[in-house]
Amino acid sequence: MNFAATLRIALLALRVNKMRSALTMLGIIIGVAAVIVMIAVGGGAQARVEEQIRSLGSNIIMVLSGSMTSGGARGGIGSQPTIFEDDAYAIGREIEEIQAAAPTLRGNGQVVFGNSNWSTVFYGITPDYLDVREWAVVEGRGFEPAEMNGAGKVALIGQTVARNLFGDASPIDQVIRVRKVPLTIIGVLDRKGQSMTGQDQDDILLMPISTARKRVLGAAMAKSRSVSSIMVKVRQGQDMSMADQRMRELLRQRHRLQAGQDDDFFVRNLSEILQAQEASSKVMALLLAAVASVSLLVGGIGIMNIMLVSVTERTREIGLRMAVGARGRDILTQFLVEAVTLSLIGGAIGILLGVGGAMAVAELAGWRTELSAASIVLAAGFAGAVGVFFGYYPARKASRLLPIEALRYE
Amino acid sequence: MAEALIRVEQLAKEYRMGSNVVPALQGVSLEIQAGEFVAVMGPSGSGKSTFMNLLGCLDHPSGGSYWLAGQEVSRLSGDELAQVRNSKLGFVFQHFNLLARTSALDNVGLPLLYSHMPLHERRLQAERRLRQVGLADRLDHHPAQLSGGQQQRVAIARALVNNPQLVLADEPTGALDSRTSVEIMALLLQLNREGITIVLVTHEHDVANFAGRIINFRDGRVIQDHANAAADAAAMLK
Repeated sequence: MNFAATLRIALLALRVNKMRSALTMLGIIIGVAAVIVMIAVGGGAQARVEEQIRSLGSNIIMVLSGSMTSGGARGGIGSQPTIFEDDAYAIGREIEEIQAAAPTLRGNGQVVFGNSNWSTVFYGITPDYLDVREWAVVEGRGFEPAEMNGAGKVALIGQTVARNLFGDASPIDQVIRVRKVPLTIIGVLDRKGQSMTGQDQDDILLMPISTARKRVLGAAMAKSRSVSSIMVKVRQGQDMSMADQRMRELLRQRHRLQAGQDDDFFVRNLSEILQAQEASSKVMALLLAAVASVSLLVGGIGIMNIMLVSVTERTREIGLRMAVGARGRDILTQFLVEAVTLSLIGGAIGILLGVGGAMAVAELAGWRTELSAASIVLAAGFAGAVGVFFGYYPARKASRLLPIEALRYE
Repeated sequence: MAEALIRVEQLAKEYRMGSNVVPALQGVSLEIQAGEFVAVMGPSGSGKSTFMNLLGCLDHPSGGSYWLAGQEVSRLSGDELAQVRNSKLGFVFQHFNLLARTSALDNVGLPLLYSHMPLHERRLQAERRLRQVGLADRLDHHPAQLSGGQQQRVAIARALVNNPQLVLADEPTGALDSRTSVEIMALLLQLNREGITIVLVTHEHDVANFAGRIINFRDGRVIQDHANAAADAAAMLK
């Protein structure tokens, strides 16, 4: 018996009981659609986390100004300026695992251009900062060495600042005032989007660290060499915890801390937090897919149920087919193909519904979804496997009927 | 003497009903020559149906031997029996056993499906047989659109489509009125005259009377086996 003939018989049998076939398929349709939507939602969450890791810059360790204990009261992070520009240069120079260490000086204030103004965060930076954060200048240019060393009155701005002060006009070569200091905008930074804590990373203004220290932050800062934080980028492929360890040792040594004395700085390994988040989102995605697979399994049991009913109903037909020469395996193939056809048609409709559903979730709930070809192939393959697995038992039952008993069946 | 088409020797069949063994057929020996028209008669429980099932290779005997066209088929496996049924036998049933929602043409072509014949050739053969039973204008009709007599004609065409050496008819007129029954018998007689061997089971003497030989069964044994002056069904229709 050739395959085309078998398929034709299967389609005919499914058409005879349209309503029943449709309801049986519904189980598979819902199962496949659920698997696809859930994988898309899980994938979307994962992609978001990965994007945050990328936007932060990979392999980042933050060193923050620590607390100093005075008279038994321990201050919080940044309560005392305890890290200095030279600490950053020493880290970059002496620890081989580290690619770059960028000291930053943080402040905030009103930025004024003409008659519009905007409150933002500004950072005094060294050229290493853009390298560490893997941040590109999309319009204009970066800082020149002369501007870095000479406290040049220049600034780079983020997309949000650019939009709020200049609208659609080009900000390049415009002069703005930050805390009354006039700075010329020389470039606009690439879009970074939201950080993992929901902050707008594009709401930012960068200037040379010397400019921030000597011109913007005021007299108290001008004499100091302290910085708000140091952003450290570990070389690709190097062990983060090893770099972390060696950096702590170096800073303790430079700050002349005795054994047993607390660190006077904080080290935050941000990508570790993100990696933990990524791992949890992976587990979440897996869990969603597992729950969806259960519905596919239930759909499969529906197929088995209906195929068993169908075999019983068509006992005389089976007997006749055997009488005119069908062998056991011809009958087995016939019912198996019927079950697989049922599940594959259901699977195909489920794929369409799942893709549509994922798009609807993205559109209506505003969740990010990530449709992957792999998940569609997986769902289709799973649907086919369900058909074979749950169709086999009824088909075998049919193939083992004895012809005379099947013919006599009322 | 030429080899008989059917030769059975000490053919026996027992059924197991719980712990009881019920003998349905107890050592039947006979021969049927090619071209005969044989009626098998007997009350229910006489073993005639069991005998027909064994002749039709639908069941395995418990003892004895059965040669069909020179081949011993009593020792064959289930798949081999299916092959024998497919190539050498044709069946006509009391309740027609046609596939619902399937055209007459495809119903008749069904046995050829299992001998791997391509679709267009199946349809060609099926059409030829439907013409032979006088249903050339009903090729695309479904069983529900045909009368009982027409349905049985379709079933006969199906029994003939694989050029069988033997046609087995189990109460072929049991579900038909008397006029239609005679028509069906006339068709079977005509096919027999064209050279097809027919064995038919019936409990009606009128039907058996069309056969050239009548075998009577009782309690699993042949009690009478005699030639019969066959009635002419074609003449009765006039």
